[in-house]
Amino acid sequence: MKTTNRKIKYGLTISVLLWITAALLSLCIGSIYFTPAELLSVLAGKAGSAAQGILRYARLPRTLACLFAGAALSCAGAVLQNVLANQLASPSIIGVNAGAGLGVTLCCAAGTVSGWAISGSAFAGSLAAVAVIALFSCRIGASRTTVILTGVALNSLLNAVSETVTVLAPDVAALSTEFRVGGFSAVTYTRLIPACMLIALALLLLLTLCGELDVMALGDETARGLGLPVRGFRILFLVLCALLAGAAVSFSGLLGFVGLIVPHFVRILFGSESRRMLLHCIFLGGAFVALCDLVSRCIFQPFELPVGILMAVLGGPAFVFLLIRSKGGHHHSD
Amino acid sequence: MIKIENVSAGYRKKEVLHGVSLSVEDSRIVTIIGQNGCGKSTLIKAMLGFVPMTQGSVQLNSVAVSQASPQKVAQTAAYLPQMHQNGDISVGRLVLHGRFPYLSYPRSYRKEDKEIAYNAMERMGIAELSQVPLSELSGGLRQKAYIAMALAQQTPIIVMDEPTTFLDIGEQMKFMQLCRELTAEGKTVVLVLHDVISALSISDRIAVMHHGRIIQFGAPKEILESDALQKLYGIRVCTIETQNGVQYYYERRERI
Repeated sequence: MKTTNRKIKYGLTISVLLWITAALLSLCIGSIYFTPAELLSVLAGKAGSAAQGILRYARLPRTLACLFAGAALSCAGAVLQNVLANQLASPSIIGVNAGAGLGVTLCCAAGTVSGWAISGSAFAGSLAAVAVIALFSCRIGASRTTVILTGVALNSLLNAVSETVTVLAPDVAALSTEFRVGGFSAVTYTRLIPACMLIALALLLLLTLCGELDVMALGDETARGLGLPVRGFRILFLVLCALLAGAAVSFSGLLGFVGLIVPHFVRILFGSESRRMLLHCIFLGGAFVALCDLVSRCIFQPFELPVGILMAVLGGPAFVFLLIRSKGGHHHSD
Repeated sequence: MIKIENVSAGYRKKEVLHGVSLSVEDSRIVTIIGQNGCGKSTLIKAMLGFVPMTQGSVQLNSVAVSQASPQKVAQTAAYLPQMHQNGDISVGRLVLHGRFPYLSYPRSYRKEDKEIAYNAMERMGIAELSQVPLSELSGGLRQKAYIAMALAQQTPIIVMDEPTTFLDIGEQMKFMQLCRELTAEGKTVVLVLHDVISALSISDRIAVMHHGRIIQFGAPKEILESDALQKLYGIRVCTIETQNGVQYYYERRERI
C-alpha cells in the first residue's frame, strides 16, 4: 500500500525533474554550447549579443515549442483514449493531427501566415476531424475498432488532400517535409505564442475536469448512473483535444506517436487516474519531445533530422509492442 | 416510491418497451425477470432516463425523471450496470466516485465523502483492498467494489442489473442478505435477475416481462400461482416447506 503511494508521490517529482533536465539540456546543447552559468547570464542579459540572439530567438522558442507540443499531444492522446474508450486512439492515428495539418496547409495556400490565423485554422481542421470521429462513435454506435479504422481512413484522406494542395499551390512549398513529419527548426514566436496560450488554456481547463474524466472512464452507463451528462462532456473533451492537437500541430507539424506512447507509458507506470495521468503527460510528454528534438538536431550535425522521423523510428516498435500488449491485456475488459 | 406509467421506449427506431406500467412502494425488493432480450435492462434504463421515452412517465420518489437533471436522478437512484469498463483505478477511488453526484464544479472529494466511501467498502468487506487496482481483482471482488460504489451514492433507490453474475453461491447469499438490510433501512431495491429461484426467494414483488411488456406483476406467491413461468420458460417451480421457511426448486419433467 505504502509502496504504491511512494511510487506515485516520487513519480511526479521525478517527472518534473526530468522535464527540467530536458529543458536545460535543450537550451544548452546545440551548434553552440552554453554552460548553465552562461545560460543564466545570457538570460539575465549580460552576455554578448550573438549568444543572446541565438538563445532568445532560436534555442528558447524551440525548447518552449518542444515542451508545449509534447504536453499538448500527450494530453490530447490521454483524453482521446479515455473518451473514445480505446487504447489505440491518439491524435496522429485518428486523423486529428491530419485535420490540423490540412487547416494549416489551406491557410498558407490562402496566403495568410499570421500566428493567430494559423493556430485558428489548425484548430478548425482538427475540430472537423474530431467531429467526424465523434459522429461515428456516438451517433452510429460504431464499435471501438470501427472508430479507429474510420480515423485511419480519415487520416489518409486528409493527408491526401493536404498533399494535393501542396502540389497545386507552390506557395505552400514552405510546408516542406518537416511539417509533414513534424519538427521544430523553423519555430518562431509569432506562431508559438498564440498556440501556447491556447494549449495552456486547454490544459488548465482539463485539469479542473479530472473528476469528469475519471467517471467517464468507467463507461457510459456507469458515468450516466453517477449523474454525468455523458454526451455533452464527451463533446467538450473532444473539442479540448482538437484544441490541444490543433495548436500543437500549428507550430510543430504532424508530430506522430508522442500522443500514443506517452499516455500509455504513464498509464502502465502510474495507473489511469486522470489528474495524475494528465500531470505526468504534461511533464513526460514535454521532456520526451525535447530530448528527441535534442538528439535529432545533434546526431548528424551540422544536418538536422526532423524530430518526427526520430520519433517514428522510436514510435513504430513501441506501437507494435502496445498492440501486442493490448491483445493480451485487460485494461478495458467489457 | 417508483411509479412507471405507460412507458414506451427504445433505441433509435426500434421500440423495445411497449406501454409498461409498474408501481413499487418504498422499502421493497422488486425483481424483473424474463427471457434474454425481453427488455429488462431497457426498462431499468428508461426508468433512470438513460433511454429516451416515446411516451409515458417515470417518477422516482417524486422526481420526474424526464424533467430532472442527470445529477438529480443520480442523487435519487444508484445504478449498477450489467457490464463494467475497468480502468486501472484503485478500489478506493472507484467507491469514492459514488459521491460524484453530490459535488459541483470543480469536483473534489471532501472528507465526509471519503468517510462515506470507506464505510461502504467496510460494509462490503473490501476496505483493505482500497489501494488495489481494479484490474488485479477477481470478478467477484470487482463486483463487490461496484456494489460499494452504489452504496456510497446513498440513494433511496438502488437499481442493479444482474448483480450476482460474478458472485459465487456464498457471496450470492450474502448479497441477498445485503438487499434485505437495505430495505430494512428504508431503501427500495430494484434488481434484474436471471435466476428465477433467487428472484422468488428474495423479492417482495416480481415483474415478469415478455416481448417488452410486463405480463405478470405481484408477490412471489402470485407469480407461482400464475402460469407465467410455465409460459415463459417451460418450467414448473415447486415449493417445499422447511424449518427455514419456503424453499423453491425446479421440477424436472424427465430425466436429463
